[in-house]
Amino acid sequence: MAERRFPSVRTALLTALAPLALVAALLLGAPLLRGAGSVQAADGGNTIESVTIRTPNQVRVTFRGPFDPAGATTANFRFAEAAAPDAPMALEGVKAEGRVVTLTATQALHATERYKLEVVDPPISRDVFPTAWATLVTLFLSSALINNFVFTRYLGLCIFFGVSKKRDAAVGMGVTFTAVMIFTAMTSWAVDTFALQPLHLGFLQVLVFIGTVAAVVQFLDTMLRKTHPALHKSFGVYLMLITTNCIILAVPLLNAQGKVSAIEALVLALGSGLGFALALFLMSCAREKMELARVPKAFEGLPIAFALAGLFALAFMGFSGLDFFR
Amino acid sequence: MSETTERPPGALQLLFNGIVSENPVFRLALSLCPAVAVTTTVANGFILGVAVLAVQVLSSLTVAIARGVIHPRVRIPVYTIIIAVWVSAIDMALAAFVPSLYAQVGLYIKLIVAFAIIISRLEVFASRQPLVPSFWDAVGMGLGFMIALMVIGALREVLGSGSFFGIVLFKTKPLLFFALPAGGFFSIALLMAFFNALERKLTGGTAKPAAGGHHG
Repeated sequence: MAERRFPSVRTALLTALAPLALVAALLLGAPLLRGAGSVQAADGGNTIESVTIRTPNQVRVTFRGPFDPAGATTANFRFAEAAAPDAPMALEGVKAEGRVVTLTATQALHATERYKLEVVDPPISRDVFPTAWATLVTLFLSSALINNFVFTRYLGLCIFFGVSKKRDAAVGMGVTFTAVMIFTAMTSWAVDTFALQPLHLGFLQVLVFIGTVAAVVQFLDTMLRKTHPALHKSFGVYLMLITTNCIILAVPLLNAQGKVSAIEALVLALGSGLGFALALFLMSCAREKMELARVPKAFEGLPIAFALAGLFALAFMGFSGLDFFR
Repeated sequence: MSETTERPPGALQLLFNGIVSENPVFRLALSLCPAVAVTTTVANGFILGVAVLAVQVLSSLTVAIARGVIHPRVRIPVYTIIIAVWVSAIDMALAAFVPSLYAQVGLYIKLIVAFAIIISRLEVFASRQPLVPSFWDAVGMGLGFMIALMVIGALREVLGSGSFFGIVLFKTKPLLFFALPAGGFFSIALLMAFFNALERKLTGGTAKPAAGGHHG
């Protein structure tokens, strides 16, 4: 056992780094993909350069040219939620300084929501998207902590209780799981977006997703065995267990339900995988300690592990109000 | 779980086996995810129990009929596809007939396809036994699962919302804890410990505790 430990930690890092690098590249690329296209040119020549939400309740609008201070009235601006564009928010004040106009709303604004800004003079309308960063960080935190699959959605419990007895096994499973989750979620996303949705085959979701997951896991297993035998030796055991895990199937189903974009699917998969890994790690630490404790006879084995998971679930409830951009 | 001998046991024994001595949730510790997830009320536990019962019986029957045709080397993918087909059918049926309940447990109904209990029964029993015993085994296991879900659901609904099947029992402030995620884990811990203690009492302390649950 002892000699397996060193390669498993090193290979674990390597396996984890590849998906992380991919995510970093996409995060850097995302603003470039998203930023263009939302500016609508106005007749007067003056256009909006950028709109940012400044919490708790301010909107900062930067124009390309100097803004006429006479237009700095609340009647000149309409600011509404994208979901309800016909019900503009009440504005408390408008302040113009050169090219920058600051609007103050009477209610709290969120950096992660979509809004619509309209200016009467010069006539401009513009959608205000949350920055890609804010959306993705929120999505990541939500899937990893706030809606942790194990502790608040109760998925993947069989593996969770089966593998969390030893810390080494828990770390190995967590890393393997995260990597596989990213592959399966992206494959299922592609199948759903490019095949099932255009062909209106939504009712085949369950059948197709379980097939996809099984195929991807089998593929990774074969690839790993041929190309990295050492890696396969330490992580191969977990690969086969993963196919029967509910989380690996739940993430594609949730992605399909929410009709998310590719990058959102990726972040969701990463968040859920790391959330599961975190849950496994915490649980294995606690269970190793518990081996030394004197447990009532009837509670030995699984019952006490369930009680322990209940305590963790209680602790994870503390994350439920978490919002980075408030 | 190698109790299946050459001679198939009788129907009553199979039913008892599934509901009590090898109860999938409390004894075998299989398919726990839904057992915690949907059991905030008895009704939710009931609907998922019915879905699992139906899928278990239908796929056991399919496998028992087709067992001569399925090549042993590809049996697991074939079982998975059979289960997935029946899950899709049940999923659509429930969505059509009980939309209000389905809205709460929809995701978990789809996830029945990944339940270890169903595929393990196909592997252990239905692939080796004729039609009739397979049917009773599936009914026993399905009922055992359904009863377990309803017991957990009852405990959590009575304590957590002070009602039973939606009927208000008492008006004092209920223990919200049992309706929360954490309460689900605790309820199962208490019930499992209870069944372990009961088993030990009945067998005079020789019973082993509930299985480890490594079977996915």
